[in-house]
Amino acid sequence: MTSTRREFLVRTGKYLLLTPAAAAAIDNILAGNAATAPAYDMSDHWWGMAIDIEKCIGCGNCVRACKVENDVPVEGPYFRTWVERYHVSYQEPGGEAERITVDSPEGGYNGFPEKYREGDGAKSFFVPKLCNQCSHSPCTQVCPVGATFESPDGAVLVDKAYCMGCRYCVQACPYGCRFIDPRTETVDKCSLCYHRITRGLTTACCEVCPTGARSLGDFKNPKDPIHDFVRLNNVQVLKPQMATGSKTYYSGLDGSVR
Amino acid sequence: MKELLKDKEHLVRMGLLFLGGTLAFMVARIIFVPKGYGMYGQYRAGALDDNRSRPLSFAGRAACEDCHSDISEARAGSKHAGIGCEACHRALAKHAEDPEKVKPVRPDAQSVCLVCHEVNVAKPRGFPQVEPKEHAEEQPCNTCHLPHHPEKSPDEPAEETPVEVQQ
Repeated sequence: MTSTRREFLVRTGKYLLLTPAAAAAIDNILAGNAATAPAYDMSDHWWGMAIDIEKCIGCGNCVRACKVENDVPVEGPYFRTWVERYHVSYQEPGGEAERITVDSPEGGYNGFPEKYREGDGAKSFFVPKLCNQCSHSPCTQVCPVGATFESPDGAVLVDKAYCMGCRYCVQACPYGCRFIDPRTETVDKCSLCYHRITRGLTTACCEVCPTGARSLGDFKNPKDPIHDFVRLNNVQVLKPQMATGSKTYYSGLDGSVR
Repeated sequence: MKELLKDKEHLVRMGLLFLGGTLAFMVARIIFVPKGYGMYGQYRAGALDDNRSRPLSFAGRAACEDCHSDISEARAGSKHAGIGCEACHRALAKHAEDPEKVKPVRPDAQSVCLVCHEVNVAKPRGFPQVEPKEHAEEQPCNTCHLPHHPEKSPDEPAEETPVEVQQ
């Protein structure tokens, strides 16, 4: 370490007097790189996702695109986004209670082979799932090394250089959105295509969704259609009782979806 | 007072130990706390750039339409007008980067349509779905439908321009 005694004293003094957070902030402000890039200002955005269940056709385009864009292993139970098929039959008088069957063959990667028939007294529909980008996310709260965090623009991200693969966050996520990448033994999850949205593009899944069932939204942009989506539809988040501050809003979500 | 100073050796040792410990802690902090930690929160600020630095696979519709504006005109007004190009043509960021070197593969004129339009009871009502055997006797869909404007029929048989196949 090459630093003069004066530098050393200033630095240690700063770390002693200030909290490490404040000291680091001062360092960065002095260095003039408060925002990581001039073209994209994190404080101008607050990302979320709008999903319209009534438009999802279960084609699996999003699942395939996500794996390509984010280099997710194709084989095995590794998904940043996946699609579930719900099949809900209702209570008969004196008979069986509501019966919910959920399947997701290969996460919907190859679409959904027909399994149910018309007029069986039940309803079935598709539910796309992904990281809910919670603003009070349980996964970031349990990380012991600060390797997962909520970014200032509202994406929940993973620091792969510091993740040690302890799996606490995998257990903490109430939506089952995290997995351990078998190649790196570090955790992986939907990053809301952070590399795309910070370049002005939409996410890979939204890019290829043929019906517009999913759309990326920026809550800090007053002209973003997500405001109308949330205002004009009956929207829900998944597991609202867990107060995760989910920013993935579902329209037309059936009560049977957990 | 004299009594106390008689044993000052102990106090000096204790003080030195304490100072040494504090110093060791400060040095360890500087070495072990990663750069940028705490700038935005309890994480490394550089992780944001790590996440941003991933290369693109999907170029995005705007990039496609920069060159292929004729196709977006052909799609105008059709039910397919709102679909991203790469929904059917697959990830083509490499083609967008170097259109000469990397050529896209033409999608199969039946399977690419059936990804969406094959009948399935879980699909929303009102979404056009077909049983391929009943609907077209397994003929390719572009015999009757223009993929870019499915309400229109091709005036002439689908052109068979050779397209380089790359994997």
